[in-house]
Amino acid sequence: MATEISADSNESTRPAAASGGNPRSTRSSLQPTGVPDWSERPPGRSLSASYLHRREQVLDERIGDALGWLSLGLGLAALLAPRAICRATGLAQRPTLLRAVGVRELTSGIALLTQKRRTTWLWARVLGDAMDLTLLGAAALHPDTRRRGRALGSLAVVAPIAAIDLAASLQQSSRDNQRLAVTGGHEAFVEQVLVVNKSPRDCYDFWRDLTNLPRFIPALQSVAVQDDRTSHWVLQLPGGVKLEWDCDITADDVGERIVWHSREGAPVKHAGAIRFRPAPGGRGCTVRLIMRYEPPLGRASVGVAKLLGHDLNAESRENLRRFKQLIETGEVPTTRGQPSGRRSWLGRLTAEGRKSRAGRILRETAS
Amino acid sequence: MKANCWNGIGDVRIEEVPDPRILNPRDAIVRVTSTAICGSDLHLYDGFIPTMMAGDILGHEFMGEVVEVGSAVRNLKVGDRVVNPFPIACGSCFFCQSSEFSLCENSNPNAWMAERLWGHSPAGLFGYSHMLGGYAGGQAEYARIPFADIGPIKVPSHLTDEQVLFLSDIFPTGYMGAENCSIKPGDTIAVWGCGPVGLFAIASAYLLGAEQVIAIDRFPERLRKAAGYCKAVTLNYHDVDVPEALNELTGGRGPDACIDAVGMEAHGHGLFATYDRLKNAMLMATDRPTALREAILACRNGGVVSVPGVYGGFLDKLPFGALVNKALTVKTGQTHVQRYLKPLLDRIAQGQIDPSFVVSHTLPLHKAPEAYAMFKAKRDQCIKVVLKPGDSGRARTDLRENTATRRMH
Repeated sequence: MATEISADSNESTRPAAASGGNPRSTRSSLQPTGVPDWSERPPGRSLSASYLHRREQVLDERIGDALGWLSLGLGLAALLAPRAICRATGLAQRPTLLRAVGVRELTSGIALLTQKRRTTWLWARVLGDAMDLTLLGAAALHPDTRRRGRALGSLAVVAPIAAIDLAASLQQSSRDNQRLAVTGGHEAFVEQVLVVNKSPRDCYDFWRDLTNLPRFIPALQSVAVQDDRTSHWVLQLPGGVKLEWDCDITADDVGERIVWHSREGAPVKHAGAIRFRPAPGGRGCTVRLIMRYEPPLGRASVGVAKLLGHDLNAESRENLRRFKQLIETGEVPTTRGQPSGRRSWLGRLTAEGRKSRAGRILRETAS
Repeated sequence: MKANCWNGIGDVRIEEVPDPRILNPRDAIVRVTSTAICGSDLHLYDGFIPTMMAGDILGHEFMGEVVEVGSAVRNLKVGDRVVNPFPIACGSCFFCQSSEFSLCENSNPNAWMAERLWGHSPAGLFGYSHMLGGYAGGQAEYARIPFADIGPIKVPSHLTDEQVLFLSDIFPTGYMGAENCSIKPGDTIAVWGCGPVGLFAIASAYLLGAEQVIAIDRFPERLRKAAGYCKAVTLNYHDVDVPEALNELTGGRGPDACIDAVGMEAHGHGLFATYDRLKNAMLMATDRPTALREAILACRNGGVVSVPGVYGGFLDKLPFGALVNKALTVKTGQTHVQRYLKPLLDRIAQGQIDPSFVVSHTLPLHKAPEAYAMFKAKRDQCIKVVLKPGDSGRARTDLRENTATRRMH
């Protein structure tokens, strides 16, 4: 998908206007990053890192599972028979310490076997290994030769496992880093799809008249079309913040799709594509919206924004829904401005608070 | 205007609120002449439906006189007397075009809320929680009707309000409940619940050719209506063992179709009923499917379980094994009222049925709080309450002002 967005200059796509000059010259810095075309993406998995992650995981998974089971076994043993273990390994009799080790092992074991992202837990094992090696090392210095022997024996068992843990953790971390590199790391994605009971051509025409966009995207104050290719967008955010930028249409297939990206200097660098395909059985049109953008405060800020009630993916879905309502019925159904009885302060916040961030969060938690 | 507003569990109040105004080109405003309290309003009253907010105007069964129409409404004019269906439908989406109006994809502005709970959102409804649109309801002096070119049906003046009002919900709901049973000659239909929807389901089952309809309830006055006007065989579950009686009345085979016209707040006897009430009381269950369970178990092999009763959440201890092994068909859904308006109005006009038989109380709108309490407790043999906002003749002076100000903007 992302390839499609940014592949405007080298594929079958054509620039919307000949007057636009060399498309390359106006391109934003969003470069093709090797993310596969969305058509080969399994449905139902958002184009976040997690799906790329899965492809290369088989080996890691087996090692991770083995280490997880090992942790579980050791954890149980340490928890249930701390004294026997102390005797066998040559450690001093400290059942409480051993039980704590058991809990630690159980936690990382369960986490390794159940959590999708294992990196943290693999490193937790490495940390645990370091602790165990220290304890055993101390025991190996003990004057009692029998205990020293047992401790050295245990060290011989634990050290290779620690090496495996370390190797697995390093490998996992480097995979994570590669993955971040593949997805750009700092980019976020939006993908939404909706069936509209109109022909692809009707949907395309409505969308292609960019001045229609503010009718179903409430945050957009205006879109001014400058020429076939370039347009100027004004976004009004809560708190009186106004964002403005220019967009270039980089591919425009009549009745099929529109691809655009923001020009250099946009406050939020982004690229998007909207595609209109006939739905099967003459059931109108499948509209698919895809966007990549660079969150101004980094990718982590997307999660924070989500907690504050700003989820661009969810908002895009509502925008797409309003598009559908508008084109199918001629209006966007609303209850804003209808009468109600006295609201409590909470009710006021939530009922009239689509503008209010707090209201949105409250409503989301309430539902 | 005066409106009946939800203010919390067991707390509805008549409040002075602003008059509704046209918000979209396909809107219309009606002066409400009659409105009714529905059994499903009691689910709101009892707090069973989430996303209600203090101040919400209740009521989804209403009719009245058109006083203003939006610029895109061509089929209605000021002065028309209309009955309004409770689901709001756009008429142009995939579902509306296949006459499944209660599944309209466009009429719920809060579709995302319903999607969280149910996966996909049905149509918006009048006065029935924010999850289902948050539209102001019709237990008020005036009401705004979105997509007024699709929903409301004009009714002839020789029919009284009480004869046509129930086209808004309960008559089509009972009718669809019976229609879903695919009744064939000789069929026996059992109906759980002799509230208004149950009574209309019984009457409709006979209209659709059922041989025998068996009605189940515990309130003598409701059973009397079922036996009297609707000519059903009645069973009071306080007095008889229902499954045994049903077998006896069907030669041991069971009813060909079972209609659950009770819904989420069922009462009953026995272990399961007690379990439901307990679990419900401990806030560990959303619904009490006592009647539904019994209907599934009683139904004959290969029969139909039709559910016009309202359920909202996750049902516990449902005998799904019985559905599978007895090859039962379950049919349910909010009523596609728009589909039934015309044919059922014709049946009323032809005298095949007079829906006013269900009315037990007619009260002025300002008595709504007392009416809810009475209906909830089934006091005073309450079956169906019609509320009259009254012919105080108060002109909507402020309406014209509103319109003028809007035009100026």
